[in-house]
Amino acid sequence: MSISGITRASRAHPGFVAALVHRLSGLALAIFLPLHFLTLGLALDETAFAGAISWSNQPLVKISESLLVAALAVHFAGGLRVLAIEFLGLTRAQSAWIACCFAFGAGIGILFLMRAF
Amino acid sequence: MTSSDRTLKVDIWRGNEKGEYQSFEVPERENQTVLDVVTYIQRHLDPALAYRFACRVGVCGSCTMTVNGRPRWTCRTHVSRVVKGGKLTIAPLTNLPVIRDLVTDMTPFFEKWRDARGRFVAGDGPKDELAPVQPESRERSAASAAIECINCGVCYSACDVVSWNDDYLGPAALNRAWAAYNDVRDGDRNGILKAVSQGAGCHTCHSHQSCTEHCPVSLNPTFSIAGLKRASLKAKLKGALK
Ligand code: SF4
Ligand code: SF4
Ligand code: FES
Repeated sequence: MSISGITRASRAHPGFVAALVHRLSGLALAIFLPLHFLTLGLALDETAFAGAISWSNQPLVKISESLLVAALAVHFAGGLRVLAIEFLGLTRAQSAWIACCFAFGAGIGILFLMRAF
Repeated sequence: MTSSDRTLKVDIWRGNEKGEYQSFEVPERENQTVLDVVTYIQRHLDPALAYRFACRVGVCGSCTMTVNGRPRWTCRTHVSRVVKGGKLTIAPLTNLPVIRDLVTDMTPFFEKWRDARGRFVAGDGPKDELAPVQPESRERSAASAAIECINCGVCYSACDVVSWNDDYLGPAALNRAWAAYNDVRDGDRNGILKAVSQGAGCHTCHSHQSCTEHCPVSLNPTFSIAGLKRASLKAKLKGALK
């Protein structure tokens, strides 16, 4: 048996959740952005591009694209937040700032989804 | 029913790095701290239980343990605030070697204070002249905000980066270095920046703020570390950190 079993309760606070979301969204972007640019690259070849476009017209693809856009937005806002902590010393009221970042990410994702359909 | 009829179920870590939790029943009282519970067990149920405390009033920083998963100063933590369903789980601080039961070896913690150069270095001004420090100055306010640390190790235990990277100086040592850096009488302030910006120093911090979240005396090591990041970056750009 190890001591640390339940010690992770110490992570249950907004700062850690924000850091986790920042990591995961960054990872998602690192994996999917190359695919995105690959698809853009297909634009040089009309038939292949048309195929890709019709593939991307499926609802499930649109939803995943919106999630990616939300990930990009939340990663961007979260990055600005960390810069503000480190360069402006803005360490107070971080739960509110974190909530703003999440709301920004979700808002952009929803806007994208609305335009996609 | 008087409060003494009720009992708490307390699981306490026994052993060192390897060990297991042992369960005890402890009478529940009004106004009982977690340290009271541990002391009750040691006095009445198992005299071999090892734990550490001194002041019992939140000054010495020696009574810290992991209580229901969070690092806390146990002498100032009321059971009623942290108990979950009549249960307490008490373990030693994480991120430090365990000597026995609830006692950790604080050596790495204090070695890092030394490595972060958190001590005063005299300048070479005349010894009989008092250096003026304006109470309202930016440096004095920054030092005041960081100085009340009780060396308890709670932040060090809560920091994820400490658990990922053995060499990371950690929030307490860096917070101390920031207080020392803001002492304008120090003879080698750049030396502090050098000490904290090399290797796994201030730039290793991810600004998660677990330290700030848990510090029992409400210090803000994240803010101090951000200050060191800025100061060392500036010094680097000016070529002062050779
Ligand atoms: S802000 Fe830095 S020092 Fe504090 S817990 Fe996070 S990584 Fe550790
Ligand atoms: S900064 Fe706070 S949590 Fe860390 S050692 Fe000092 S008093 Fe304890
Ligand atoms: S015993 Fe001194 S701080 Fe708790």
